[in-house]
Amino acid sequence: MTSALTRIGAALLASSILVSAASAETVRWARASDALTLDPHSQNQGVTHNFAHHIYETLVDRDVEGNLQPRLATEWAVSEEDPTVWVFTLRQGVTFHDGAEFTAEDVVFSLDRARSEKSNMRQLHVDVESVTAVDDHTVEVKMAGPSPLYPNNLTNTFIMDKTWSEANDVVEVQDYAAGEDNYAVRNTNGTGPYVLTSREVDVRSVLTLNENHWAEEAPAVTEIIYLPIAENATRIAALLSGEVDIVQDVPVQDVERLSSTDGIKVETGPENRVIYFGYKFGEEPLASSNITDRNPFNDPLVREAMHLAIDRDAIQRVVMRGQSIPTGVANPPFVAGWTEELNAYSAPDLERARELLAEAGYPDGFTVTLDTPNNRYVNDEAISQAVVGMLGQIGIQVTLASRPVAQHSPLVTSNQTDFYLLGWGVPTFDSAYVFNDLIHTKDGSYGAYNGGLYSNPELDEMIQSLGTEVDTAVRDATVAEIWATVQEDRVLLPIHNQVLAYAMRDDITLAVHPENQPMLTTVTFGE
Amino acid sequence: MSELNTPGTAVPLEQSPIAPKPPGRIRQALDSDIVYSYTRSPVTIIASIIALLLILMAVFAPLIAPYNPFNPASLNLMDGFTPPNSTSFSGNYFALGTDHQGRDVLSTIMYGLRVSLFVGALATLFAMAIGISLGLAAGYNGGTLDAVIMRIADIQLSFPAILIALLIFGIARGLIPPSQQEGAAVWVLIVAIGLSNWAQFARTVRGATMVERQKDYVSAARIMGVHPIVILVRHVLPNVMGPVLVIATIGLALAIIEEATLSFLGVGVPPTQPSLGTLIRIGQQFLFSGEWWILLFPAITLILLALSVNLLGDWLRDALNPKLR
Repeated sequence: MTSALTRIGAALLASSILVSAASAETVRWARASDALTLDPHSQNQGVTHNFAHHIYETLVDRDVEGNLQPRLATEWAVSEEDPTVWVFTLRQGVTFHDGAEFTAEDVVFSLDRARSEKSNMRQLHVDVESVTAVDDHTVEVKMAGPSPLYPNNLTNTFIMDKTWSEANDVVEVQDYAAGEDNYAVRNTNGTGPYVLTSREVDVRSVLTLNENHWAEEAPAVTEIIYLPIAENATRIAALLSGEVDIVQDVPVQDVERLSSTDGIKVETGPENRVIYFGYKFGEEPLASSNITDRNPFNDPLVREAMHLAIDRDAIQRVVMRGQSIPTGVANPPFVAGWTEELNAYSAPDLERARELLAEAGYPDGFTVTLDTPNNRYVNDEAISQAVVGMLGQIGIQVTLASRPVAQHSPLVTSNQTDFYLLGWGVPTFDSAYVFNDLIHTKDGSYGAYNGGLYSNPELDEMIQSLGTEVDTAVRDATVAEIWATVQEDRVLLPIHNQVLAYAMRDDITLAVHPENQPMLTTVTFGE
Repeated sequence: MSELNTPGTAVPLEQSPIAPKPPGRIRQALDSDIVYSYTRSPVTIIASIIALLLILMAVFAPLIAPYNPFNPASLNLMDGFTPPNSTSFSGNYFALGTDHQGRDVLSTIMYGLRVSLFVGALATLFAMAIGISLGLAAGYNGGTLDAVIMRIADIQLSFPAILIALLIFGIARGLIPPSQQEGAAVWVLIVAIGLSNWAQFARTVRGATMVERQKDYVSAARIMGVHPIVILVRHVLPNVMGPVLVIATIGLALAIIEEATLSFLGVGVPPTQPSLGTLIRIGQQFLFSGEWWILLFPAITLILLALSVNLLGDWLRDALNPKLR
């Protein structure tokens, strides 16, 4: 429903914005989908964060090379007295859009909010015991144990104004999965370089320059018109006809054509994001299968057979037209813990796969429904469709259920799916982030996206130890050990790492961001 | 596939009860005005041939289609994007090329036609059943029942059918658990389209019923103590079927388009079992990258189907309307 209306809306919009010719400083930025919410801690999702980064700010940030850089915090260090305490020195002279001063109180409030019960950002802060303001511009974060990598977890945790939040009754995080709504979903008050001036969900949002921003150099872009256009062809047509200036989600099939079009250029680069399939673990029979007395996915032989049925190279060549990096591990190469050996994947072996299925007691295969998003990742629906065919060849009859991401994500977070496609970006550039959300038993703090409900208490213990391990060698060894078990258990079925393509007017320069969260403040004009 | 039956079913209407001894049913049928007007209209003849061919293609798809695109196990991904009239990576020949999953476009169109026609026909029958029952009840009873039914119909007619279908589709999706949704998708689609189109039938049937109700044969039946339901079904219904058939034929074309629209918007049948609308949705992704055949052939098929059924409906309306003869 929403997606259909969106498309109609986008089409109407595309025809109406032709009228307003853009000034040099306005950039019309088109994406496949809209931010799911503007409540900064409600959804840990790339598109949502990308948009929010223009309005709200984080303590630390990452540049296009993936290095941490100061943002609202100017310095951060482990306390000299206590190795379990992180001390953040805050930037001075920063104000929120409504004029209120940014102080340590706001940081304490925001970090507490981000680790509150309904927050989707919770797993990033599970090791935090307490946050306290030492003075107006110093904050101490007390961890459960030494946490040398904690600042890496802060790159998407936005800082809100405490007074504003209390005045507008948004102290509690919006419960997105339950369909809750609050004032912060549509209204913002950040410290960021842009102010939200208008917003029509799924249609058009306008951001204008925050004149009082602390940055020394004002960005070249003074106004951003953000246009979610779900339909690939419509989005590309909008760029070709000059209705938009930057298209962030370029379909792989159009890269070649756009590169050879005068006045348009395409930037490509690897993304820090892996695309994988997840399946339901546990004894309970699957809701969508014809096997009603047990769960086929719970059998390691079945999972092994599925891995052998997937032809990753064919997906890369045909579905992705070369614009992907096939992988055997659900961990992007940017991330600490990635190795060549983990990345290696076996060539498809259908005969062996059929034998394994027969051995597991499913000589005639079984049926199951695969849930896939159709507007989130590059060619997500087509990848799923290809996998349906590949699994069909070993007798697993898959029904494909395709939905917009706004309806797909809740199925995974609320365990309502037997078999699903998901992409995972790793903003911390560390394996612990993957483990915390995808591998650890789902318990409220950890495992938010462990839609398959995989549970291994031994691994859980090892995963939790990563948060407080100070000895890098020990930590690396634990990470390697966890990955070995994850691979052996075939917890996830990885396909490839995404390659990103941004298309833009050729006088615009915007580099591909490995987390696919480009800041339009980095846009420059001119050849 | 009611347009096939239309000439046949319409024949009894032409039989006047007081005509002199008929020279045999077939002779009589061939002599009828309907057949006459049909043979005089080349457009109608062409339209009916195209519609018939498309329907045969759909019905016999499993026998005549070169591949079975609904069987994912038979696909070879490496055959994807083979241009029309050429041999693919795996050495198979594809007359109309393949899509992004290596499915034969020709076979996919044949199977897609099945889905489109199946959904279109059942949705129309469903709309007809509801519309006729409500129309008969409203027209025969009059009074409050009539007022209520007709106001509901008026309200519904003031919204575009596609919006109603989207609404019903959305509600149904919300009621069905996620794991069952795809299996039920086709039926939900049929109900959604059917429910969005019943009002036209109800209106027409009600009008015709009100006229018939005044007639002597209805009064006679009523005096004889025939149950109202029997009167409606046995006596009134056959006499209001003419206009209903016309609406049904045009309604079929509309239902097919409506299904295509819903599938194009991505809320219809699953992409692994595409209808024509789904094929067009898939194909339009490749408009800019040069794989025109994935969009063009299904689109042409949809146009031919909708156009031919529509033309048949138009002709039927004229043929059954004595004032236009």
